Amino acid sequence: MSTDTQAFTGGFSDPVFQSQSVFRKLMDGMARPGSIHTVEHDAGQPDPLGAAAGAIALTLCDHDTPVWLSAGFAKSAVGEWIGFHSGATITREKAEARFAFAEPGVTPSSFGLFSLGTQEYPDRSTTLVIEVAGLSEGQSFTLSGPGILQSKTVEIAGLPEAFLRLWADNRPLFPRGVDVILTAGRSFLCLPRTTKIVA
Amino acid sequence: MTADLATYNFAYLDEQTKRMIRRAILKAIAIPGYQVPFASREMPMPYGWGTGGVQVTASIIGRQDVLKVIDQGADDTTNAVSIRAFFQKVADVAVTTHTKDATIIQTRHRIPEQKLTEDQVLVYQVPIPEPLRFLEPRETETRKMHALEEYGLMHVKLYEDIAQNGRISKTYAYPVKVDGRYVMDPSPTPKFDNPKMHMSDALQLFGAGREKRIYAVPPHTEVVSLDFEDYPFEIQTFEQDCALCGAHGVYLDEVVLDDRGGRMFVCSDTDHCEDRREHGHVGAMLAPNQEAAE
Repeated sequence: MSTDTQAFTGGFSDPVFQSQSVFRKLMDGMARPGSIHTVEHDAGQPDPLGAAAGAIALTLCDHDTPVWLSAGFAKSAVGEWIGFHSGATITREKAEARFAFAEPGVTPSSFGLFSLGTQEYPDRSTTLVIEVAGLSEGQSFTLSGPGILQSKTVEIAGLPEAFLRLWADNRPLFPRGVDVILTAGRSFLCLPRTTKIVA
Repeated sequence: MTADLATYNFAYLDEQTKRMIRRAILKAIAIPGYQVPFASREMPMPYGWGTGGVQVTASIIGRQDVLKVIDQGADDTTNAVSIRAFFQKVADVAVTTHTKDATIIQTRHRIPEQKLTEDQVLVYQVPIPEPLRFLEPRETETRKMHALEEYGLMHVKLYEDIAQNGRISKTYAYPVKVDGRYVMDPSPTPKFDNPKMHMSDALQLFGAGREKRIYAVPPHTEVVSLDFEDYPFEIQTFEQDCALCGAHGVYLDEVVLDDRGGRMFVCSDTDHCEDRREHGHVGAMLAPNQEAAE
């Protein structure tokens, strides 16, 4: 299938209920950082976008939310697909983006180039959706913070090496900062800015 | 699906509105206690009837949910009945009055007596979300105060209470600090309910329709009522037990019975009271009738 036609295929078959289902998992995931959720509905996203990332894009993005794509996604049909199905514009300016999608292995040089919100409006920050190799086994990390009773251990494969350093820079900015959703195929977990991560 | 469902989108709101509110909810959870502005819509009920809570509920609710709506703890008062009927009509969802069966509980000014679980979401209807509003009317200033974590004014207010009345006289909408950062208005719940917000297993969402704000407290999050070392926070206590179910240590409503000073105190949480009576608990004013019936 050519890049052009890929952009028009897919989408939720039942947008009202499927986006509600994905959102409830996202809400639960944000409220309980590190909990693993699985997207049941296929959004028919083009490669190399993952199923969870595709469903999240169609659940949350629309004409109000400029989307930034990492280089690998930007040169695929992903941008046109998100644009066609959600109405979101694709931006190359990280600071403008309300959502950013990154393919596996991409290490952002800094979260600081994305919108971190302001001290008065910390909600105006970018949510990063980063694809990793897996969320069921790999290097273990201990999470703590709001939403977590004492601490929670998660195993993440293929987390960019610089991530922990970037996150350590993000945490003290509170209430400003980016929020991250890690996706792996159909699974995802959320890391709101309040979560502390220890390797 | 009922025939009248087709005239509205599921749960009344259009999908773009739901997405906007859903994004606000996710940011609200990520910044506990911070009030996220949102583009509140006109709802088919007046402001002050819970339009904020209704919009939050409409944005999160799905077919599989079981909804409970309470107004001052009661399932059978006007606001609760009409909002429950609204969601039955526009979302065709199952409703219940039993706290333990509900997945979403929309509340006006009470937290159920029964401990909430991880599988439940509590949605508050909030009239005035800004805890500093009566101290500083300008939004630009209160926003700056939150940004700078400048909450001295609130402590001055509580201190003045003590200086004038000998105690902190605020009994409802008692300000709390969430996760050690944002001072938050828990909505006009009695301060009796404040401890239930602390480290709750359930996610708590707050919607203010007229004021166009959404905020949240994630589960297992510190919610501390503001106080002073020498004047610690205290909740209301009641000398009586519930007149119907004999419950002790719950929040009671005073009901005037006649014009000769007759009165009774009953559970504000009607489901809790009914559940206890079903399990054979009998309060002082119910007991004689039972004997008579037997």
